[in-house]
Amino acid sequence: MTANLNDKPLLSARNLGKHYGQRLGCRDVSFDLYEGEVLAVVGESGSGKSTLLSLLATELAPTAGRVDYRMRDGETRNLFDLSEAERRFLLRTDWGFVRQDARDGLRMGVSAGGNVGERLMAVGGRHYGRIRDTASDWLNRVEIGPERIDDLPKSFSGGMRQRLQIARNLVTHPRLVFMDEPTSSLDVSVQARLLDLIRGLVTELGLAVIIVTHDLAVARLLSHRIMVMRQGRVIETGLTDQVLDDPREAYTQLLVSSVLAA
Amino acid sequence: MSAVAAPQASGYNFAYLDEQTKRMIRRAILKGIAIPGYQVPFASREMPMPYGWGTGGVQVTAAIIGPDDVLKVIDQGSDDTTNAVSIRKFFAKTAGVATTTETKAATIIQTRHRIPERTLTEKQTIVYQVPIPEPLRFLEPRETETRKLHALADYGLMHVKLYEDIARHGHIATTYDYPVEVADRYVMNPSPTPKFDNPKMHMSEALQLFGAGREKRIYAVPPFTKVRSLDFEDHPFEVQKFDKPCALCAATNVYLDEVVLDDRGGRMFVCSDSDHCEERRAEGHRGELSGEAA
Repeated sequence: MTANLNDKPLLSARNLGKHYGQRLGCRDVSFDLYEGEVLAVVGESGSGKSTLLSLLATELAPTAGRVDYRMRDGETRNLFDLSEAERRFLLRTDWGFVRQDARDGLRMGVSAGGNVGERLMAVGGRHYGRIRDTASDWLNRVEIGPERIDDLPKSFSGGMRQRLQIARNLVTHPRLVFMDEPTSSLDVSVQARLLDLIRGLVTELGLAVIIVTHDLAVARLLSHRIMVMRQGRVIETGLTDQVLDDPREAYTQLLVSSVLAA
Repeated sequence: MSAVAAPQASGYNFAYLDEQTKRMIRRAILKGIAIPGYQVPFASREMPMPYGWGTGGVQVTAAIIGPDDVLKVIDQGSDDTTNAVSIRKFFAKTAGVATTTETKAATIIQTRHRIPERTLTEKQTIVYQVPIPEPLRFLEPRETETRKLHALADYGLMHVKLYEDIARHGHIATTYDYPVEVADRYVMNPSPTPKFDNPKMHMSEALQLFGAGREKRIYAVPPFTKVRSLDFEDHPFEVQKFDKPCALCAATNVYLDEVVLDDRGGRMFVCSDSDHCEERRAEGHRGELSGEAA
């Protein structure tokens, strides 16, 4: 799956760190992400994975290090040197961000179609009919019936809200999607269907994904590579199967062994 | 516009506000004119009227009015409603200026909810009373965020609102306070005027000033400035149309008010701009109900 290995990485983090005053968020995180690659960041709560995700998505400013990103025009830029306008443009065109709580990622007072269409309008879409057709097409792709297009997300179930969030993010064909525990608020059978859907879309669209999860099963299903974090540091990285089947670090062994077998 | 003695109530400075305050407001107005459509914060004062009754408009008028100005005040197009009458009296008393109900005789027109039908000229200034200056307010509650959106001209959200209108009603159902883009840059609330009046703002010869007292914002559209109502390519901006002419003066292509006549469903449609209607009737135009109602 890691095609384009010869190309330059899409995103590369170097010695990325964040301190909240005296308190450590994360430190010395370095990795490369290539186009079409899915990277899972796992670890217990408080291990710094959400901080890392916020840094990569430029929602937080780092206290150390840099993140280089290859823009659509092929130019590589340090994300923290971009202007606010450029960052926002990136966020609504080339990137997606699927939140743990759909209420943070959706506009709850706006219909499903409006939620999906927002990005199109933000990048200059001014034709109602075309925006609606695209929205309807994307709802269909995430298995939401077209008759629900004018319903508010309030009336949607948890799983539907997450799928709507995915449609809303993918409508501008981003190259990189951040996911923060996308399945953790759902019950198990709904989780399985959502994971299936995400896996299908990721493969079909060749998305690069950075997914933060505490659920090793999610990591195993979706990701090619895995990064294990503990106390703000990356303690182990490698191919997902390798790390999960043959963990090297004691902490990773503990994580793997604490998964309940059904 | 310096304060001079005028036949006014004693104990007050000319036009109620003190000179330093007027200077502060004039600075905000100048900044607003320099950046068309941009909301300039200003230190709004307590005025002797409740918020929502035009405290912003009154402060703008007080800051620009001079002894030679002739003031007209309208509320919903009418010169005779409480709000219009009391603001007119306020300035007659505190500034001793001449007031009028005739659009063409006025140099300053303070308005709530309408733009006069008669085309304004370069010698006139129109002052709008604004309740909510922020067009993004009901879409994005955070002030820090709306300022950022304005700064970055990130106006996709505005179209989400129009999209929702069409999705729910089949057409853009926003009929007043219809958002406009000023000079190809800032998106602005035109105050709760009917969208019928939006085209009058475009390339207007008159200076247009907007004051929001409670929200402490002033903004402006200088003369001859592009003002475009937002829309979709396949749902273009349209103004309200009326089936009938004014029942009193037979005017067409004007904004009409519905007046209920009795409790059996009787109603009439008359010009909302009362001065325009009177002027037409004086010229001899007669509508179908002008005999009994006039």
